[in-house]
Amino acid sequence: MDPVDIGLWGVPLAILAGAIRVSTPFLFVSLGECLTERSGRINLGLEGTLIFGAMSGYAIAYETGSPFLGVAAAALAGVVFGLFHGWVCKFKGVNDIAIGIALMLLGTGLAFFFGKPYIQPVAPKLPSISLGGWSDVPQVQAALQVNVLFLFGAVLAVFLWWMFRATRVGLVIRVVGDSSDAARAMGLNADRVRLLSTAAGGAFAGIAGAYLSLYYPGSWNEGVSSGQGLMAVALVIFARWNPINCFWAALLFGGAGALGPALQSVGVSEGYYLFFAAPYVLTLGLLIATSSPERAMQGAPAELSITK
Amino acid sequence: MPRLLRAPALSVVVPRSEGLLIPLAALLAGSLAFSLFLLMVGKSPLAFFGLVWTAGFSTAFSWQNTLSQVSPLMFAALCVALPARLGLVVIGGEGAIVLGGLAAAVAGTVAVGWSPTMGLGLMALSAMAIGGGWIATVGALRIKRGVNETIASLLMAYIAIALFNHLVEGPFRDPASLNKPSTLPLAESLRVGEMPFISAHWGVLVGIVACIACWVLIERTTLGFAARIAGDNLRAAQVQGLPVGKLVIGFTALGGAFAGLAGFFEVAAVHGSANGSLIAGYGYTGILVAFLARHNPLAIIPVAILLGGFAASSGLIQRRMDLPDATILVFQGMIFVAILLSETAYGRFRIFTPAYWEGR
Repeated sequence: MDPVDIGLWGVPLAILAGAIRVSTPFLFVSLGECLTERSGRINLGLEGTLIFGAMSGYAIAYETGSPFLGVAAAALAGVVFGLFHGWVCKFKGVNDIAIGIALMLLGTGLAFFFGKPYIQPVAPKLPSISLGGWSDVPQVQAALQVNVLFLFGAVLAVFLWWMFRATRVGLVIRVVGDSSDAARAMGLNADRVRLLSTAAGGAFAGIAGAYLSLYYPGSWNEGVSSGQGLMAVALVIFARWNPINCFWAALLFGGAGALGPALQSVGVSEGYYLFFAAPYVLTLGLLIATSSPERAMQGAPAELSITK
Repeated sequence: MPRLLRAPALSVVVPRSEGLLIPLAALLAGSLAFSLFLLMVGKSPLAFFGLVWTAGFSTAFSWQNTLSQVSPLMFAALCVALPARLGLVVIGGEGAIVLGGLAAAVAGTVAVGWSPTMGLGLMALSAMAIGGGWIATVGALRIKRGVNETIASLLMAYIAIALFNHLVEGPFRDPASLNKPSTLPLAESLRVGEMPFISAHWGVLVGIVACIACWVLIERTTLGFAARIAGDNLRAAQVQGLPVGKLVIGFTALGGAFAGLAGFFEVAAVHGSANGSLIAGYGYTGILVAFLARHNPLAIIPVAILLGGFAASSGLIQRRMDLPDATILVFQGMIFVAILLSETAYGRFRIFTPAYWEGR
């Protein structure tokens, strides 16, 4: 496949390719954070979970030769981090935001500690599906290489949306997230619901990490995450706590992140670094535009500490 | 039980011992958890803590290593602790450090040929203005628009780093810096030197003075009193007619100014120009220092020295014990979790109440 000169068409194509490739970790980590926040708790520690997931996923994939076992191990590690976060937050006077920051530090530290021997070895990669076979242009074919986890994430987004809307589990999570008092009146154990929601959210963040180390960029090193886990918190606000919107927001963030490199590839290098700030500026702008000192944000779970 | 303690001890020592003993117990618990971790990976905790002592605190030379880490940690912690008094969790101090350092470096190129006092003054003021403005924006967004300060400061830290990379790579780049983009090197007269007798730069002393000044501000002035009331209950403070908006913007601006000052000292005393080395994560370790100190500016001084010592011993631990450099990060993380968990212990033990010692 020789590259064909497609001129400026390369820019939107590169953004699309970037959106599909880069968005998957954003998607998983934001779905996880969305689930946790819907139950009324915030987990800032997903960055640590994501990095630990990237390391453990890579290590297990290397040791067993199966990338899917790696993804499973990463999800399991995420569950452990989520359970720990949920357990600690149960105590009176413990701040969930601060615990998140602490677990981010701890998760990152543990990942770097145990990940040292896995920087050199090469683990098997996750497979992808070519959806661009209809095109003769190699760039289009490359852009439409879709990883299985991306598709799984899209299905998961729809599933979560349906779960919140139409199932008893979804209702329980929503009630707990909107009012601890109402939950108590219904005989629900709010702490247990939050514990399980945080654990499931951690599992998704772990999978997001495994995608980073097992597909794109596809290796384990200490710089594999560039804040995707932290961005999840902003992304969920951006998506108004709606899983379907999480999917679109993740695509948007992925595409915005690809803008700089795409423009550079056609010779526009002015402001290369500024484009990295694009998703953050976007989120901050949206936060400013939609926040109000008088009322909570639309769509936000009422028990959430950051929107009160 | 008979009356064990007399009035002065009762009213002064007992209520305060809780704020000292609980963090110490948490520090011990975190160290124990880390010792278990080391045993699990087959390393000796005794060797580890021995090396921390040797490399961080035992000799004049190790104290120099430790102190070299302390100055940015103190300033970064103030950037967390001051807004925290108003109940705000600001975690984006890194952005103010980085932009403050850049502002100082750029001001340094303007001040070429000035007297050192004027030049360094301009540099420090620029750093404080940029850092203060940056974090004050977070406070203003909170007050005017109700934007959550934790998320806003985090986003702005990422924006600051992108802005920093853009400016150092582009408009302010020294053409002579090839592989590592830097601003123009500072003139020798615009460098901050070391203090007499100890090889640590003046930032350590300025940081200690800043911590003491902030403690006086919070504990001994009406302004600090108003801030503490607002921190306890924002609504009540507003009802009482306290200028909550001005307090929030003022305290975030002051915190940001200190973070900017950290950048100034990193540039003027350590690196000599603004470059990627400024993005060293002091802003994030500062969060840990502030929480360990329970947002008390006086307590920030010993905590920053303690964590500075841990950081300084990292290299020796790597070499002697064949451990990865992330070992200190794991240790810090465990201490942080233990400290936050200990928050739940306050008010639970009767031993910390005067009533217990009065025999009631």
